[in-house]
Amino acid sequence: MGLDEGCCGSTTGTCACRQREPAMTATADLTWRDYIDHLAARLGFDRSGHRVRPGLYRLNNPSPESPVFASAGYTLSFDALRSSLAGRDAWLLVLDTMGINVWCAAGKGTFGTDELVRRIRLADLAGQVSHRTIILPQLGAPGVSARSVAQQSGFHVRWGPVRAADLPAFLDAGEASPAMRRVTFPLRDRIVLIPVELAHALPYALAASAVAIFFGHADIAGTVLLSVAAGTVLFPVLLPYLPAKDYTVNGLLLGFAVITPVVAAGGGGTGWPGLLWAGGNLLLWPAITAFLALNFTGCTPFTSRSGVKLEISRYMRIIAAMAAGGAAALALALLHAGGMA
Amino acid sequence: MFDSYRTTTLRYDRDACIFCRACLQVCPHAVFAAGPGHVQLAAAERCMECGACAVNCPANAISVDSGVGCANALIRGAVTGKETCGCCGDDEGNSCC
Repeated sequence: MGLDEGCCGSTTGTCACRQREPAMTATADLTWRDYIDHLAARLGFDRSGHRVRPGLYRLNNPSPESPVFASAGYTLSFDALRSSLAGRDAWLLVLDTMGINVWCAAGKGTFGTDELVRRIRLADLAGQVSHRTIILPQLGAPGVSARSVAQQSGFHVRWGPVRAADLPAFLDAGEASPAMRRVTFPLRDRIVLIPVELAHALPYALAASAVAIFFGHADIAGTVLLSVAAGTVLFPVLLPYLPAKDYTVNGLLLGFAVITPVVAAGGGGTGWPGLLWAGGNLLLWPAITAFLALNFTGCTPFTSRSGVKLEISRYMRIIAAMAAGGAAALALALLHAGGMA
Repeated sequence: MFDSYRTTTLRYDRDACIFCRACLQVCPHAVFAAGPGHVQLAAAERCMECGACAVNCPANAISVDSGVGCANALIRGAVTGKETCGCCGDDEGNSCC
């Protein structure tokens, strides 16, 4: 069925023949297949392949009075929802977000007012349930105007908690506590992002290391990997403990912290070549770490667009100059050493 | 110094607020707080410019230049004109998150 088609192929979105997409079945139990899929998603395998078929699902044995929850067509989102509703009867309405999570899809508008209204119609939700309330994940709010949904579908949007794991407490209390409404970024959430960060940076790091080793500089291969590990592994882990607010500044500090012992251990010789070697190391590698740290802004639930723009305009030229100057200094020092040898 | 996030494009018109509290529910950073008769802008510096409050404010009391706070996407946007890092789903349907 095409994106703009109604249930009978009409493009108006109305359902003249009262046919509806039959509801599918979902369980709250996660199987080993689900866990393998989650692992693959976290490792960045088949990035757009973790999709859930859009439409209405029955969880356990829902009646017309059972609550309706909306979710994204992404396995990690849908599985978080259904597993948190263990032991409860519910209707789950999956929007077509093309394998993207709730938050990102809401930002793009695919988890949005139009798609929600369309799915309510396609599933004939009004014919399945006797009430007119649909519970949405709070992080879907950037894409969904609750007022427009009510006007267009008759369904009242109730904002659920940020985390699906809080749903049982939310349902039992009848409302979200202030803590349930706040987004957090605990160690576990930061650590699970590391594999994808590494997958982005490692091809470049390994290529650079291979070139360095080819020219007989295994020590440089080591510093390449050290600066990349600092930006993609240490930075996410240490994020709340780093002193500055700006990611680039924290990345520079972290980069200095890991490269300083290497420089202090020596290896660049004496005199001006040694100074050049030390200066080159202290300029180039922290700049690499800082760039990776700046790129981590997109993974956090904190950074604003205008703030990131300001960071880029403040620091990009500085770290680019540091990298270029540092690389030139290192190259000169190594050329000199090569000439001496 | 070293805090680029003091800036925000969030604008709140207290006189227009009808105290429906929708913004209190959708904001993931408690930027707004319930005040007497209207909501108050409690912590604008925590705003990540997601736009949820503005989209859900029936009185149009809130405006914000929303978008992704992602350096990768913004740098690519400056270079290629297409503001995406591929992470949150690009036109080809690829994604990492």
